[in-house]
Amino acid sequence: MSQPESKSPSPRLADELARLEEIVRKLEADDVELDAALALFEEGVARLRAARERLADAELKVQAVLEQAGGDIRFTKLDG
Amino acid sequence: MTLSLPLNLPSPADHVWSVAQLSNAVKQLIDGSFMPIWVRGEVVQCKVWSSGHWYFTLRDKRSQMKCCLWKLNAARAGKPPADGTEVFVLGKPCLYEDKGEFQFIVQRIIPTAGLGRQQQELERARLALQQDGLFDPTRKRKLPPYATTLALVTSRDGAAVHDVVTVTRKRWPCARVLVIGARVQGDGAVEGLVRALTLVNRLPDIDVCIIGRGGGGREDLAAFNSEAVCRALAAVRVPTISAVGHEIDISLTDLVADLRAATPSAAAELAVADRRDVVRSLDDLSVRLASGLTGRTRVAAERLARTGDRLEASMSEILTRMRHAVERPAAQLEALSPLRVLGRGYAVAMDLDGRVLKRLADFPEDRVFQLHVSDGRVRARVE
Repeated sequence: MSQPESKSPSPRLADELARLEEIVRKLEADDVELDAALALFEEGVARLRAARERLADAELKVQAVLEQAGGDIRFTKLDG
Repeated sequence: MTLSLPLNLPSPADHVWSVAQLSNAVKQLIDGSFMPIWVRGEVVQCKVWSSGHWYFTLRDKRSQMKCCLWKLNAARAGKPPADGTEVFVLGKPCLYEDKGEFQFIVQRIIPTAGLGRQQQELERARLALQQDGLFDPTRKRKLPPYATTLALVTSRDGAAVHDVVTVTRKRWPCARVLVIGARVQGDGAVEGLVRALTLVNRLPDIDVCIIGRGGGGREDLAAFNSEAVCRALAAVRVPTISAVGHEIDISLTDLVADLRAATPSAAAELAVADRRDVVRSLDDLSVRLASGLTGRTRVAAERLARTGDRLEASMSEILTRMRHAVERPAAQLEALSPLRVLGRGYAVAMDLDGRVLKRLADFPEDRVFQLHVSDGRVRARVE
């Protein structure tokens, strides 16, 4: 089975976790306004939920990378 | 004369080993006792059979042993060595049970002269790479903490793919493993590895690149010692791990890569986080998020309370100032009030309309008027 090269549609998990760390650090500091704190909290909860779902539903994707004669790159599913 | 028989002859009921049983037992003993080892000797009578297998004798001044090189390994060995060629052979001893003969099963054969050339080439490449700073510890990059896309440069058919996939699936199943296939030994391996490493730089979103091999013999590291492969590896734009597969032999790719792993499995463990650790981190973040908000709310409540106190104090101060502002003019007014004069015993005469009567002409006879005193009015008549 072949499929075209595609970019990951969702933000990278590393970025998600880094943003979560940032949110928590900001909340733990005392210099953020209450309204901003509430907004950060809501964002943090949403990101936590998304990260958990992502980890729970994940299935490893294994693909072979093939370079076509014209230089195009194709990804072919591999049974790992 | 009678024939005397030795005592303790076995009876049919006793256990007696068969030749095959003993051969098999010895074979098990030998097979289990040796890892692949290098042996140096002189080749004699090398015969290439139609099956493709090579059979020869290896000898030195004191001993000799029969050697066998199976077809697959023979294909990589080049031409059969002439009589008297001194070689290094890598292999394991075993027992050929059918003939009860001790044999050395050879995996790799290298003329000692050829090895000298390989060693010289390795040293030249090492120096060239070192002079260009490719081993410099300061250019080593750190692996990203949560790599999700791995590029794996290895043989499509080798064990490395299976090993990396197995470990990654267990530790970090949300990952994506992209396998860029290349020969890892033999003809074309260098070119294939360079091409594969170049291709890695064209792939989007790669976090880590692993170059390695699995399950091969430890002797064939030539491609991983190639200067071209090392330079291509150094040019990979993401952190790299070299996993060529042996603790003892260090290849040049091990020195150039950002990290070295003993095996492809170990490389995968280095490359990806463990999901269980991340779940624990998420739990921790969850707790910190909640307590962060609680703490922030408490701070806001305290600030609100402080603001209320300050507001109250300000209001009180304002009221005091206003009271003072009002009281001062009132006192001044009071001091000027004619009523204060009346208090001292004076009276003011006014007509019935409240006009002040100041002159004698204002008091004709029989005029009724009012006298205002300090605490009220008195009606009066002029006589």
